[in-house]
Amino acid sequence: MPPPLFHIERDKLTKNLMNYVLNLAWNLMKLYDLLCLEGLVRGLQVFKERIKAPMYKRVMPNGEIQKLIITEETAKIRPYAVAAVLRNIKFTKDRYDSFIELQEKLHQNICRKRALVAIGTHDLDALSGPFTYTAKKPSDIKFKPLNKTKEYTACELMNIYKTDNHLKHYLHIIENKPLYPVIYDSNGVVLSMPPVINGNHSKITVNTRNIFIECTGTDFTKAKIVLDIIVTTFSEYCENQFTVEAAEVVFPNGKLHTFPELAYRKEMVRADLINKKVGIRETPENLAKLLTRMCLKSEVIGDGNQIEIEIPPTRADIIHACDIIEDAAIAYGYNNIQMTLPKTYTIANQFPLNKLTELLRHDMAAAGFTEALTFALCSQEDIADKLGLHISATKAVLISNPKTAEFQVARTTLLPGLLKTIAANRKMPLPLKLFEISDIVIQDSSRDVGARNYRHLCAVYYNKNPGFEIIHGLLDRIMQLLDVPPGEKKGGYVIRASEGPAFFPGRCAEIFARGQSIGKLGVLHPDVITKFELTMPCSCVEINIEPFL
Amino acid sequence: MADGPVAEVLLQRLEAADGGLDSAELAAELGVEHQTVVGAVKSLQALGEIIEAELRSTKRWELTAEGEEIAREGSHEARVFRSVPPEGLPQSELMRLPSGKVGFSKAMSNKWIRVDKSAADGPRVFRVVDSVEDEVQRRLQLVQGGRAEKLGEKERSELRKRKLLTEVTLKTYWVSKGSAFSTSISKQETELSPEMISSGSWRDRPFKPYNFSAHGVLPDSGHLHPLLKVRTQFRQIFLEMGFTEMPTDNYIESSFWNFDALFQPQQHPARDQHDTFFLRDPAQAQQLPMDYVHRVKRTHSQGGYGSQGYKYNWKLDEARKNLLRTHTTSASARALYRLAQKKPFTAAKYFSIDRVFRNETLDATHLAEFHQIEGVVADHGLTLGHLMGVLREFFTKLGITQLRFKPTYNPYTEPSMEVFSYHQGLKKWVEVGNSGIFRPEMLLPMGLPENVSVIAWGLSLERPTMIKYGINNIRELVGHKVNLQMVYDSPLCRLDAEQGPPSTQEAA
Repeated sequence: MPPPLFHIERDKLTKNLMNYVLNLAWNLMKLYDLLCLEGLVRGLQVFKERIKAPMYKRVMPNGEIQKLIITEETAKIRPYAVAAVLRNIKFTKDRYDSFIELQEKLHQNICRKRALVAIGTHDLDALSGPFTYTAKKPSDIKFKPLNKTKEYTACELMNIYKTDNHLKHYLHIIENKPLYPVIYDSNGVVLSMPPVINGNHSKITVNTRNIFIECTGTDFTKAKIVLDIIVTTFSEYCENQFTVEAAEVVFPNGKLHTFPELAYRKEMVRADLINKKVGIRETPENLAKLLTRMCLKSEVIGDGNQIEIEIPPTRADIIHACDIIEDAAIAYGYNNIQMTLPKTYTIANQFPLNKLTELLRHDMAAAGFTEALTFALCSQEDIADKLGLHISATKAVLISNPKTAEFQVARTTLLPGLLKTIAANRKMPLPLKLFEISDIVIQDSSRDVGARNYRHLCAVYYNKNPGFEIIHGLLDRIMQLLDVPPGEKKGGYVIRASEGPAFFPGRCAEIFARGQSIGKLGVLHPDVITKFELTMPCSCVEINIEPFL
Repeated sequence: MADGPVAEVLLQRLEAADGGLDSAELAAELGVEHQTVVGAVKSLQALGEIIEAELRSTKRWELTAEGEEIAREGSHEARVFRSVPPEGLPQSELMRLPSGKVGFSKAMSNKWIRVDKSAADGPRVFRVVDSVEDEVQRRLQLVQGGRAEKLGEKERSELRKRKLLTEVTLKTYWVSKGSAFSTSISKQETELSPEMISSGSWRDRPFKPYNFSAHGVLPDSGHLHPLLKVRTQFRQIFLEMGFTEMPTDNYIESSFWNFDALFQPQQHPARDQHDTFFLRDPAQAQQLPMDYVHRVKRTHSQGGYGSQGYKYNWKLDEARKNLLRTHTTSASARALYRLAQKKPFTAAKYFSIDRVFRNETLDATHLAEFHQIEGVVADHGLTLGHLMGVLREFFTKLGITQLRFKPTYNPYTEPSMEVFSYHQGLKKWVEVGNSGIFRPEMLLPMGLPENVSVIAWGLSLERPTMIKYGINNIRELVGHKVNLQMVYDSPLCRLDAEQGPPSTQEAA
């Protein structure tokens, strides 16, 4: 379950909507309906049973059908295209603005910033079909783009738009491809160079009456959904309300498809399943009514327990019965559902590693050390250079896309975090005694993902004197707590003189317990102290506690 | 010292005094250092209301060492005058005298002496007048006698310029009787001693009262981190409710378990480089449960289990991409997959609290890593009403009783609900968690039986902690920039106890 702060795309687009509408809408509507006022208002009216959900119809034109022919050159870059026509539409300033805004929102959301789908809308009266969707060398594409007064080649355009705050985000989609996608009409007029820019010639205005819509993309399903959303939302303003004129798309293999699909499909859900999943007891008739109010025309059929639901083309989000059940629950009102406790009987167990950690951290505090909580991600410098190591010696996992150096690697030791905590708290009275029990990450090819965590315990003592005996005493106390006796005997622990680049020569020992090396303790090297912007001597211990499980 | 002779005398004098007395005057009268009297005053003050002492600062003129010498022996010029006999003195001899150089020119300008340069054996000095008034000595003696005010401002500053006088600020106490004034304080004992106990002398002795308004001495101790104290409480709540802790000690996860297994499509924006930390090394997960992977692939790309699917080209390479897990739901997916492999199915309640990572824009309340709390129940026939019932019990244990549920969209739960609670302080409904029923497209490919539902909810650990401890900037709480004083001072975490006003950060 994502915690509340998870970014879902809906967050971005609701900001502009009025709070009141938002609240109501949030309770009722699905993603795509929320994209524009038209969908929202219609949804609310249906819910309030003021109107019936409209039936969207694809109609054949009186004259010749508009055709879009896809050539095979598009295959490698942007293979799919769909198209439709909105005939005899009547815009007002508000409707026109909403139309443009809807396209922009779709581009940002379901179209994944135009990477999956790009929409082009054109004044059909300025063009003459059939249209050709092909791909050409950038130098061979030349046209007057939207809102420009002269013609440019595609190469020139890519340069011009590098500084365009809006368009520069889409250039990368085609920039390094040998061929750019482009759509021509039968006279060689450029409709658009998706996903970057439309041609100026077919620009739509408030006065445009007939609109040719094309959606190109890399995801065929999404392209069809986007086309359906646009035409269903704005067919309301056509002379024949809720009708959309079909267009034909010829694929490179010669196959002919007619769009928009505007597919209505029927789903069957048993009423008792809805009741059982939601935890309510409604009659099938009531459930059908609730669903109908959610724009899902439903009726009870068969044995009186079956509900037949018609999924309109506006509800691409409904892909499973559980989506229908959710709509029933929303219409019923979540807050009207009776809360009950499940009878699930279980015995609780702690995760042993966390149980040990919990016990140890309380006794570390009882031993006079204060718990720190430091970041698992850090810079390469923190775990390598500052400790006198090369990064390759750390076996750290490397992050490929850090926004800053703070997130280059996952830590391989808890020590840097504690030293940074001291550096940020130098004003506090000495001595500073800190500890942390948490995970570090090391590459490990035996694991499915090639890396694993280890639970480490690290403690530092920072004062005018190094206090090795204090850290050593703490280790003795930890071993006492873990019931590990001192001595070489099997099951005991010893420390043996050792060395490490992070330690002052002669002031470092390796810790062996239960027959294996579990870590080191010692006085930090003055270079390490200085690199972490500290000024006092410091001793530390860091061990892996997993052998004591 | 409080019981020493000076303190005793001070009290006796004070009893006789009219109003009060000055510490410096007393020192002068007793012939002791002023500091001794001040010590007596302070020790008497420490006893409570016996005396009252008001700090006063007075300015006083004092002689410098040279000034003292002149007050004693006369000014340099007077000494020069006196050393000149009536028959005169060779100038060279005069100049060798200790006051010679300074005194000569001053005596000359006073016209007390003259020089005869025509004398046979070199210049010779003669008296001009028979006797002189040593005005400098007289003035310095006045100051020494404590009567500096008799001198004019001009005279004082001239003497100061000659470095004979200096002005000093003296801090003295004006001591008067306190509300519990008594001359007999010397017998009060400060503390009980082993000797008093063994001899029984404590029975006859008066004891000095304690000052209960003073602060105690805090014990030397270690401290637990506030966020982890809250974590302990959340663990406790889950354990009380019979939830078993899931293993979450794997920060590195494959995209498969983090996204694909949860039926989150491969083009979902959360899988973007902008939101998720991907790994360069090791870049790919080598081992995936391939049977299950194929079922997941089919469900995404073609549907199945009653689903239309997302109908896109699902790529194994995308699923292999390693990342820092963006939620602990990946661990829940692994736990549910393990549960599904156990036959017959047994109901389970799971929880976890651990770190997750987001490659997001950072601000005062968002860091690149935070702790996620997650609860999961898997059983036959669980309903939305059950989810709400479990949430009600869970939040009641947190001291949150007013809950509301709102529909929301999550990629892998359906239905989904956001949980809101009424915040008394903010006087509004605030979001406290996110919840839902896992989609069948996630559960059925794992192999869970069809009539098993899995309800789940999640929240962050940081948010309730920041509210509880009144912290506005998350960096003060998590990470190395933590304010250790805040850690030292933080109270116990009792989530269900009535909360006082959140402490502010001013302690920093």
